[in-house]
Amino acid sequence: MIEQEVRLIERQARFPAISRFLHWLMAIMVLSMLLIGIGMVATESSRYHVLVSIHEPLGIAILVLVIIRFVNRLLNPPPPLPESLPRWQRIAAAGSHYLLYALMLSMPLIGWGMLSAEPYPVVLAGPLHLPPILPQNAGLYAWLRQLHTVLAYLFFLTFLAHFGAALLHRLVRRDGVFESMASFGRSSPRVERKLSAV
Amino acid sequence: MATDSRESIDAKSRALTPAATAARLAVIGFVMLIVAAAFAAVGGWLSPHRLTQDRMMQAFQELNGAHPGFRRNHAKGLCVSGWFDGSGAAASLSKAEAFEAGGRAQVIGRFALAGGMPAQADTPAQVRSMALRFLSPGGSEWRTGMNNIPVFPVNSAQGFYDQLLSARPDPTTGKPDPAAVQAFLERHPETARATALIKARTTSSGFADSTFNSLNAFRFVNAAGASTPVRWAMEPLQPVEAEAPAQAANADKNYLFDDLIAQLRQHPLKWSLLVTIGEPGDPTSDATRPWPMERQRVDAGTLTLDAVSSEDGRGACTDINYDPLVLLPGIEASDDPLLSARSAAYSRSFTLRAEEKARKAASAVTTQEVRAGGKS
Repeated sequence: MIEQEVRLIERQARFPAISRFLHWLMAIMVLSMLLIGIGMVATESSRYHVLVSIHEPLGIAILVLVIIRFVNRLLNPPPPLPESLPRWQRIAAAGSHYLLYALMLSMPLIGWGMLSAEPYPVVLAGPLHLPPILPQNAGLYAWLRQLHTVLAYLFFLTFLAHFGAALLHRLVRRDGVFESMASFGRSSPRVERKLSAV
Repeated sequence: MATDSRESIDAKSRALTPAATAARLAVIGFVMLIVAAAFAAVGGWLSPHRLTQDRMMQAFQELNGAHPGFRRNHAKGLCVSGWFDGSGAAASLSKAEAFEAGGRAQVIGRFALAGGMPAQADTPAQVRSMALRFLSPGGSEWRTGMNNIPVFPVNSAQGFYDQLLSARPDPTTGKPDPAAVQAFLERHPETARATALIKARTTSSGFADSTFNSLNAFRFVNAAGASTPVRWAMEPLQPVEAEAPAQAANADKNYLFDDLIAQLRQHPLKWSLLVTIGEPGDPTSDATRPWPMERQRVDAGTLTLDAVSSEDGRGACTDINYDPLVLLPGIEASDDPLLSARSAAYSRSFTLRAEEKARKAASAVTTQEVRAGGKS
């Protein structure tokens, strides 16, 4: 029944500190954004104004940060995935990460563009407001408004898959992938790996 | 693979049994379900009785029927344009660009009748509204919507919704059920009091000589950061004439709008923006309650309207959402819950009519009617 297997204890290469910082900062921002967005379109209460007032500047902050983060990803490529990870999971990981990047970039732009087409001012704080990026056009507004909702659901589902995969790495595969982003100690975490050759 | 140290171990004790794997997968599934449920809870799917924008829009439709492409409320309207000259008198209360002496903001406005029926006939009693969008040279924008009533009939979104539902026509009689209206008023005594004030108002002959009130309170903030509760009103500089009984019998279903078109053809129309300064104790969160008559008022500037157009023509107001929370530095929202409620509902109404634009019927006040000078 019990096979003898050889495992290795090795140190999993982590994401650089700047990458981990950006990931967790944006994780909080994006999750807040999704909850604020879904909440503000379903309330007639006084929370509406508060939520909208956060939604717009937070969205623009995500737009700025995702550009910084993309440049950082080019400068600091992520550590490679364990060799033991099946091919389809590698493809799913890469695909979902690019989808998350695409959504983080497009959602604020669609939001900004949709308000431009309404037209509705995009106020960041006090007198600070953004110029319109699209001409006034009700049809364009309607289309972008719909797209904003559809992509928000897609965003939430992609986030959920990402979150589930992270837990899978942590609890089932235990291959160090989770710790490569979610460890905060001085040195890389030690993880054990089944030697793929055995 | 970046590997600092490699040591071979016998790890059979570390491998998960199939049962342990299944248990851990179940934990992961459960945690994901909790996260999805939290999302659903915030989105209102777990609370079917929450008053949402969609429910509010549905109540309008149940009361008025479906009128694709039109505003869900104040559906019958006419576009106007002009400018606003700040007097400087309110500059000590608010740093808003529009109030600076000599500051001129371009204005795109809309006169309308309350209610979601785009083809309703003009009547003296129907509530008239004036909505304005101010664009200052510095780029700041301010929108406001005002009515010719002294107070608002309700003081909460729920009150507004309940009133819409209570006024729904009975399928057999085609009229609201008096018992439902009575039950609503008993649950909302503030509405009974406000309605008495609204009914007691004197109605002027038309849009041009009506006073339009902000109803909701706002806060003015000056350059030093001092905040003052205010309400405002556009008071006509045209002579005010009382509504004549003959007007109500007018065969022209658009007589109020047609009069406005004819007057604007002859000369510009002007209003003073009178800002009422609230004092401690004046209700800022209850639009059904008037402020004392003796409150100080400041003339913040003069609105001049000199052009008119149909909503179907070049009407620049058609695609503007007169959201009362489009404010500029120097004007802030008060604690009145109706401001958020209006903003939320107007946004949904705008989205719906933008989606329905291709199916919209002609507006009651047509391009031809405006071109003809108001004779329909």
